[in-house]
Amino acid sequence: MLVGAFKSADGSATVGNIRELFESSQIRNAYKTSIEISLVTAILGATLGLLIAYAAIREGTPRWIRSAFTTFSGVAANFGGIPLAFAFIATLGTIGIVTQFLQNQLGFNIYLHNFSLFSKTGVEITYLYFQIPLMLLVIAPAIDGLRREWSEASSNLGGSRLQYWRHIGVPILLPSILGAVILLFGNAFAAYATAYALTSGQVNIVPILIGNDVRGNVFTNPHEGHALAFGMFVVLAVMMLVYVPLQRRVSRWAR
Amino acid sequence: MGALRLRRPGSASAWLWLLLGAAYFLIPLVATFLFSIKDKNTGSCCSLSAYSFILDDPEFWRTIKLSFYLALETIAISLLLFVPTVYWVHLKLPRLKPVVGFLALIPFVVPPIILVVGLLDFYRGSPDWFYAKPYGFLVAAYVILAFPYVYFSLDSGFRAIDVHTLTEASLNLGASWPRTMLSVILPNIRAAAVSAAFLTLAIVMGEFTIATLSAFHTFPTYIQYVNETQAYPAAAVSLMSFGITWAAMLAILLIGRRPGARQVQIAGTR
Repeated sequence: MLVGAFKSADGSATVGNIRELFESSQIRNAYKTSIEISLVTAILGATLGLLIAYAAIREGTPRWIRSAFTTFSGVAANFGGIPLAFAFIATLGTIGIVTQFLQNQLGFNIYLHNFSLFSKTGVEITYLYFQIPLMLLVIAPAIDGLRREWSEASSNLGGSRLQYWRHIGVPILLPSILGAVILLFGNAFAAYATAYALTSGQVNIVPILIGNDVRGNVFTNPHEGHALAFGMFVVLAVMMLVYVPLQRRVSRWAR
Repeated sequence: MGALRLRRPGSASAWLWLLLGAAYFLIPLVATFLFSIKDKNTGSCCSLSAYSFILDDPEFWRTIKLSFYLALETIAISLLLFVPTVYWVHLKLPRLKPVVGFLALIPFVVPPIILVVGLLDFYRGSPDWFYAKPYGFLVAAYVILAFPYVYFSLDSGFRAIDVHTLTEASLNLGASWPRTMLSVILPNIRAAAVSAAFLTLAIVMGEFTIATLSAFHTFPTYIQYVNETQAYPAAAVSLMSFGITWAAMLAILLIGRRPGARQVQIAGTR
């Protein structure tokens, strides 16, 4: 793949494919949309996942709720691809259950108000279905690692809940949260099947473009797919270079 | 103090988040179920015609069998390759362990959509019995895809036992290496091997990207085909696919409830 990225259609060496990544407006837009979708679902997924994880783990929430959520997350983080896309078509598609409910009960047709499941927003909503559970799984050990002594020590010294979070809780969780955001970003960035099934390959993101090239739907330069894949690889590798040192910091507080 | 702690502020918002989360996770599943029990032709409730349409479709049985056999083959090859490897790393080459930790990052940097581009190229020109057959090309791809998950599952299994003592005891009592492997080591890591197998099963039964881009017709590509053509049967077959993932992941959770077992979490089916 690495070699292919630097080959021209006749097999000679070139950097033209890579240059094309920056010059073709469709490709630039695809990277932009891909990164946008990944960023939005990573940040939203991390925020919602964190809130739900904390709500499920905190003292005062019954044990069974916690185990129900973690068990379900273990499964839902592995849902994905074609069946997941269909589950959302059945929910928010044009004749989906929720769409119909809003239409019939409240007289509100979301499809007349600029919503479409088969657009970027739709892809984002669907991706969150595996992003939130993944966040829950990744962040739960870190939340567990917040020792009760720390919050007791803080309140014994006269600190408020807000001060506890501001000076102790958030700083300790931060490396874990950042690490999780990167993991979620990569997870969405690389997803192909879900977006393909949801939009019938119509949404302009990098994995779909690569897929079209491999299928041979677009008879252009056969090495374009390689260059696209190489570009993805570079983005993900850079993510990894941030992720690894973060993980080192995280393990410092691990029990 | 104890009573006060339970009633600290924010408890109501915690419940709100839990409810919202539960709703977001459950509504699509319920919607899929409601879709699946609608009549295939009229769309009215309630009928099992969508399910019988799927179950009567020979293509369904052909693809699900193919995916299942591919999973079995992937599991067999992975375990044959990696059980001895992990054993050897633990016994003789513990220095390699941090290097192996790096492997966990591979599926992140080389996801299926990149992997398939590389593999199609790499194996182009290999003989037809390999390149043109799912049992060859696809399984090769799936062994690579499953490798980190299988490896870490086995690694945690080996971590939980005393490899050195077991091996020395067995050798001292006159057992050969193969015998040590089969009747001493294997029974001790059985749980880890089984959970690696279920994880691989879940990955292979759900993998769409590589299968469709190398033009093979497996169970996920069948679901996609039904998706495009038949709304209500699509719901039925999607639910079945969820059911397979549920079963595999729950099996892992049940097996994994041992001290020291590390959960492996992300599979590569998106």
